[in-house]
Amino acid sequence: MNNVHDMGGMQGFGPIPLEENEPVFHADWERRAFALTVAMNTAKQWNIDTSRSLRESLPPLRYLSNTYYQIWLDGLERLLLHTSMVSTEELATRKAAGPGLPGVQTLRAEEFPEALKRGWPSERPATTPARFALGDQVRTIEFSPRTHTRLPRYCRDKVGTITQVLGVHVFPDKNAIGPDEPQWMYTVEFDGRTLWGPDTTADSVSLNCWEPYLLPETQS
Amino acid sequence: MSQSDNPHSHHDHHGHGHDHDHEMSHLSDEDVRVRALESLMTEKGYLDPSALDVLIETYETRVGPHNGAQVVARAWTDPEFKAWLLEDATAAISSMGFSGRGGEHMIVLENTPGIHNVVVCTLCSCYPWPVLGLPPMWYKSAPYRSRVVIDPRSVLAEFGCELPPDTRIKVWDSNSEQRYLVLPMRPEGTEGMSEDALAALVSRDSMIGTNIVYPPRKQAV
Repeated sequence: MNNVHDMGGMQGFGPIPLEENEPVFHADWERRAFALTVAMNTAKQWNIDTSRSLRESLPPLRYLSNTYYQIWLDGLERLLLHTSMVSTEELATRKAAGPGLPGVQTLRAEEFPEALKRGWPSERPATTPARFALGDQVRTIEFSPRTHTRLPRYCRDKVGTITQVLGVHVFPDKNAIGPDEPQWMYTVEFDGRTLWGPDTTADSVSLNCWEPYLLPETQS
Repeated sequence: MSQSDNPHSHHDHHGHGHDHDHEMSHLSDEDVRVRALESLMTEKGYLDPSALDVLIETYETRVGPHNGAQVVARAWTDPEFKAWLLEDATAAISSMGFSGRGGEHMIVLENTPGIHNVVVCTLCSCYPWPVLGLPPMWYKSAPYRSRVVIDPRSVLAEFGCELPPDTRIKVWDSNSEQRYLVLPMRPEGTEGMSEDALAALVSRDSMIGTNIVYPPRKQAV
């Protein structure tokens, strides 16, 4: 989705907001919003790509004027509604009107240390050979999906070089909206001037591209 | 509203230069929303609320840039470990006890005299939690996310970091579950220092790539 979360290359946002001796959280509600979101993520009613997708589709003015954890809080409410874990009425009245969804296990404190330690690896077994190899020239696709993608606008329809072949991984564009279709993933390095023209101080920008983002580019 | 629900009784300001009235009004609203969600999740049987304390304790105190600094210091003093780190960062870092959420697939980017690496997530806030903890505000901010991919030199200057003009700057946009840790260059004048003393020199920002590591006497404030 082409929305304001896709910020790479915009130039009007001003200086970097540095803060000396910054605390991890700036208010108690931030602690709770962070922990509640991470906790509910482990209930397996949604995946990371769905949660990113719902945050990214916030109205642009709200996204830009929200603080970081306000975006998380908006996102969490949207996820709970999206998965019917709570109803609109329950969210409005702040009172449970009935029992929870069947089959959702209660998240217990003692499960978290092990779950966090394990994490959620995105690599999957390879069932097809990789289409591209180290050193290949590739061109990213041009597209404007209304749904989630991890290919930012600044590097669509650009030529770069494969610098790492990373195995098969969960494909966010599919995983966000339905069954996943894992894809080969590559690091692609783009020359800074290919992306931005001469007005850049980036010698290169690298990001990871899943195979559906890439087309072969004949070397000139 | 009970006394403990009074939004003004448990805010947590540190005088960090925001507009207080503005912040307070947000604070009260968000505070009420978070508490309501927390009790809804508990009432519906989804959550044991003490789980939240485990998560907060983990990310507020245990996991942080001191973990990454230990990885860097070991790489500076143990060539075999460094080779392993550059070959298979996930396994090498995990061998030091740092693994899991936000660090499932790690890559280490080595700075050299000619190449400086800097990491961003232009789309949001992807960050290597097990080695650096939760990201600082600036990393998640619109100015950083928008600018560092197009003009990293001016961004580094705002961190007080001036690189030689012929140093190539490579930017890495963390758009997948693979996360990056920058291995900064070991500063001169640190020969013979212990791993712990070296780790104390390594700043969070040097492991993101928005700064370098300074020799002990020139340590940035």
